[in-house]
Amino acid sequence: MQTEDTLVLGGHTFHSRFILGSGKYSLSLIEAAVKYAGAELITLAVRRANTKEQESILDFIPEGVTLLPNTSGARNASEAVRIARLARELGCGDFVKIEIMRDSRYLLPDNAETVKATEILAKEGFVVMPYMYPDLNTARDLVNAGAASVMPLASPIGSNKGLATKEFIQILIDEIDLPIIVDAGIGRPSQACEAMEMGAAAVMCNTALATAGDLPLMAEAFRQAVEAGRKAYLSGLGRVLLRGAEASDTLTGFLHD
Amino acid sequence: MDNRFFVDSAHLSEEALRRKHALEQDPSCRTDCMTYLPGMEQISPELRERVLTEMAGYDYSRYTGKDVLRALQHDRCTIEDLKAFLSPAAAPFLEQMAEKARLETRKHFGNTVYLFTPLYIANYCENYCVYCGFNCYNDIRRMRLTAEQIEHEMQVIAESGMEEILLLTGESHAQSSVEYIGEACKLARKYFRMVGIEIYPVNTEDYRYLHTCGVDYVTVFQETYDVQKYEELHLAGHKRVFPYRFEAQERALMGGMRGIACSALLGLADFRKDALATALHAFYLQRKYPHAEISLSCPRLRPIVNNGTIRPLDVGEKELCQILCAYRLFLPFAGITVSSRESRSFRDGIVKIAATKISAGVSTGIGDHEQKYTGKDTGEGGDEQFEINDSRSFRTMYQDMEQEGLQPVLNDYLYV
Repeated sequence: MQTEDTLVLGGHTFHSRFILGSGKYSLSLIEAAVKYAGAELITLAVRRANTKEQESILDFIPEGVTLLPNTSGARNASEAVRIARLARELGCGDFVKIEIMRDSRYLLPDNAETVKATEILAKEGFVVMPYMYPDLNTARDLVNAGAASVMPLASPIGSNKGLATKEFIQILIDEIDLPIIVDAGIGRPSQACEAMEMGAAAVMCNTALATAGDLPLMAEAFRQAVEAGRKAYLSGLGRVLLRGAEASDTLTGFLHD
Repeated sequence: MDNRFFVDSAHLSEEALRRKHALEQDPSCRTDCMTYLPGMEQISPELRERVLTEMAGYDYSRYTGKDVLRALQHDRCTIEDLKAFLSPAAAPFLEQMAEKARLETRKHFGNTVYLFTPLYIANYCENYCVYCGFNCYNDIRRMRLTAEQIEHEMQVIAESGMEEILLLTGESHAQSSVEYIGEACKLARKYFRMVGIEIYPVNTEDYRYLHTCGVDYVTVFQETYDVQKYEELHLAGHKRVFPYRFEAQERALMGGMRGIACSALLGLADFRKDALATALHAFYLQRKYPHAEISLSCPRLRPIVNNGTIRPLDVGEKELCQILCAYRLFLPFAGITVSSRESRSFRDGIVKIAATKISAGVSTGIGDHEQKYTGKDTGEGGDEQFEINDSRSFRTMYQDMEQEGLQPVLNDYLYV
């Protein structure tokens, strides 16, 4: 019997494995991501959410889409915790993506502070999705801290450079029981497909779409790539013939009975 | 149930015989094997539930040669691949499995093979496990070594060159208390660089105490993961409590032990399901305690004193080899120990494929190392738990392993 393939995060079920990031925002990007890429989870940078009367990004979020507020701009755990609580006050729900950067050049996440913030927010009932540099020990600490997923970066954020950390993401996929969502650096549908083939639970993209020539077409390409990769993963990759000669002496010749 | 294990003896009183027969024949006389006894620590059942659920859902007849071929092509062995490797469909692919297993073993362990010896210090037992030579109804010579005797045995073993020792007892809290075992471990640290124990399961605090006495490796055999079969084979005593035994390794790690070993006694129940459960038990433990050193043993049933009907018929060498290859492919990092129950030719072959640790200079009797090592008769010893098959001495084993192109390693850990 075929069971439905869904992504479960903090008790919430999603059918799409494409998540829209928040770096570059426009109404047309959100529209394309939802309509053509099938996004059901959309990141919102709380620091950019306009809380005044004027046009707010919150107004753009279509029905049936879950908001994933992030803590971008936070430089340490306590700032991230404050931003997360603020997001909840704003009515953004219980999801939070933790982003803590002490480095403005590469925007690399601070793993140690991320673990601290995850622990605090998970205890407060948030569905915590931490962005991190793919390190196995940190990932384990995040699991113990109560994270709902682990979100390793593929390459520096916004770089469109693809799966530069592939080997390490694979280790997280193999060793961590939570969904591993590849975040940051995916620049092409083929890279999203590859991450999904490896067993990633979802991918998050923003720049790759936002900077595309034809936004709707690229959004659709991403949807297809993510689905293709997922299907390949579920079906189990096929046989690849190894090069090299077979051993002439049998290893099991000593067995009796 | 199959009663090939039951043996009465003349030494039992009528009352004892009545009780024994009632336990054997009337399940209502037995306690609930899933209920903890007073004083037994309870920890999270999560790991146990995961293992038993996977095991219950494992229908190995569903796997085909295609599944095995696909599993052979994978870089990493998934739980599904493991199930394929353990299925009858994998039998024609044994040579390919062995080749892949050898690569994994060499990748993670080089050409090393660890040597150790077990030392039984007591054979008193409060359990009635129907297949075991130490069971409380079996008429054997019982013995518990004194501190002086233990030290003497250790000196004899240490003089042979061995650096790692595994201390074993029968399962009697009364006759071999935790303190008695702790003192033996302190003695062992004087003569050996690495000390493991294979004793009755204890609570976390007792493992912590034993760790301070110098132990850092705990082996517990679950015997079988099939609860129904477990209930039928372990009729009385604290060992009857299935979950407490299952959780022993986890408590050992919580108590600060560096490593643990898991095992089923292959041949007691459906060996494919038991092998799957053993591998998953180790796998989930490793995931929960990533720092832990994990190893597996793979004993088959052996004949015991007073019962010649026990034979490991179900699990032949080919099946055992298949299981060990599957273990290696699924848990490339795990140590695999092969017992002296197995033949010399099997052990020489399997260390080239999957096993990483073998015993040498083995006696499963009590207090007879000097006799066995030097030929000097030291008088009465305690009877053996089971018959061994490969009786090579430490020196012979060391040389044989070198001749096989392997590097014997006596110890690879520094107590800190």
